[in-house]
Amino acid sequence: MNELSVSMSAAGGPVPPVALPEAPAKVTARGLNFYYGENHALRNINLTLGTNRVTAFIGPSGCGKSTLLRTFNRMYDLYPGQRATGQLMLDQTNILAPKLDLNLLRARVGMVFQKPTPFPMTIYENIAFGIRLYEKISKSEMDGRVEKALRGGALWNEVKDKLNASGLSLSGGQQQRLCIARTVAVRPEVILFDEPCSALDPISTAKIEELIQELADDYTIAIVTHNMQQAARVSDKTAFMYLGELVEFDETSKIFTSPSDRRTQDYITGRFG
Amino acid sequence: MATEHTAKAFDSDLQELTRLVAEMGGLAERMIVESVDALIRRDVVLGQRVVAADAEIDNLQRVIEERAVLTIARRQPMAVDLREIVGAMRVAIDLERIGDLAKNMGKRVAALESDFQPLKLIRGLEHMTDLVTSQVKSVLDAYAAHDLPAAMTVWKGDEEVDAICTSLFRELLTYMMEDPRNISFCIHLMFCAKNIERIGDHATNIAETVFYMIEGQQILDKRPKGDMTNFATTVPGN
Repeated sequence: MNELSVSMSAAGGPVPPVALPEAPAKVTARGLNFYYGENHALRNINLTLGTNRVTAFIGPSGCGKSTLLRTFNRMYDLYPGQRATGQLMLDQTNILAPKLDLNLLRARVGMVFQKPTPFPMTIYENIAFGIRLYEKISKSEMDGRVEKALRGGALWNEVKDKLNASGLSLSGGQQQRLCIARTVAVRPEVILFDEPCSALDPISTAKIEELIQELADDYTIAIVTHNMQQAARVSDKTAFMYLGELVEFDETSKIFTSPSDRRTQDYITGRFG
Repeated sequence: MATEHTAKAFDSDLQELTRLVAEMGGLAERMIVESVDALIRRDVVLGQRVVAADAEIDNLQRVIEERAVLTIARRQPMAVDLREIVGAMRVAIDLERIGDLAKNMGKRVAALESDFQPLKLIRGLEHMTDLVTSQVKSVLDAYAAHDLPAAMTVWKGDEEVDAICTSLFRELLTYMMEDPRNISFCIHLMFCAKNIERIGDHATNIAETVFYMIEGQQILDKRPKGDMTNFATTVPGN
């Protein structure tokens, strides 16, 4: 009768998706609005970036995801006519406070851009330059910091014998990792990635993705990407934005298998956008 | 799905998968009916035809799996699309198993030599087959139409099949005790009854897949069960 009992125990138990425990908030937005002049670009955004978590932002072009990323280190302050209202906190610091030291904020919240932007100087100087802005340290200490940063950017083994070569002599993927190393060098708390792989080939992209996940051990990470598979691969949580609104914000595993909002579903399955 | 993909070829990939599953389902339904028909009428030729049809259903399952894998590789499906493709693969696996069970009954036709054929048994088997066939048909319709309530009706409706199976078991045990010459026949029929009951279980598996495709999560409840054949004995009162 052994054979019979097999079919009788067929009912499977529930298999709830495994979710990470909620991480303490690193960056918190409450009722955040953003305006490009008259243009209301972000509408009442509420979300938190969990400490040491990777949060991905997806959505069609113009949905406000890059704008939101740029509020996190007030990159928008570089341009006139742009303003943010509401509340945006980095731990206990009010990011939107008018008198905030922006240099200090950007040391705490680093950013990596779409196109690699190494400075036209040696590889070594690309890293040391940023450190010198914030700290006075000896040559030997600096050597140590540069090596650590290049290791952090998963670039050390490829450049250790040519630290005096120009940063521009590197390949695109290496340049992007140099930029990540440069960001890591000043020991930020949060790293923002704005489409970091869109100009890179698949192997370089895989290296950066690998790196992002390693970096999450030490940093809180936010990444804007048009590549949904990338968001699915690297992030813990995913935010879907549309027309300046945060439509859905949930565990990445949930967003890409069973999103709650119809618009999220239509976007990630390639029905619009 | 109300709206189409920006990439139209993706829509036709998905439609093709659904069509293949429907084709496989049609074949499986026919195999169930014909195998039981062959048993009842002792039609060895028809039994052999069911055995031969199994190769066809196996092949369809391979095609569905290959298409599904290719579509995943090519389109990187997400959310409802991903569940649709995983669903097609899962349903195909259940249908392939249904094919195997029908084939097994087809094989047994040749072994049923005796003239012993109590009408009551045959009626029971027929009734059970009707129920299971209608379960399979309903669940395949529910799959094609993304009809969750219909799938849940199938999911909950397996109890009667189980109950008939249990009573057939008891009856067969009695016949075997009455006359040992009946044993060979009754054992074969017992396996056939169990096969049909299992086909019913596969129908409920498919219902669970439909639930997953629509709801995006595994079904949580325990299904009602009526199959007590594990405990069937000849002791009166049991």
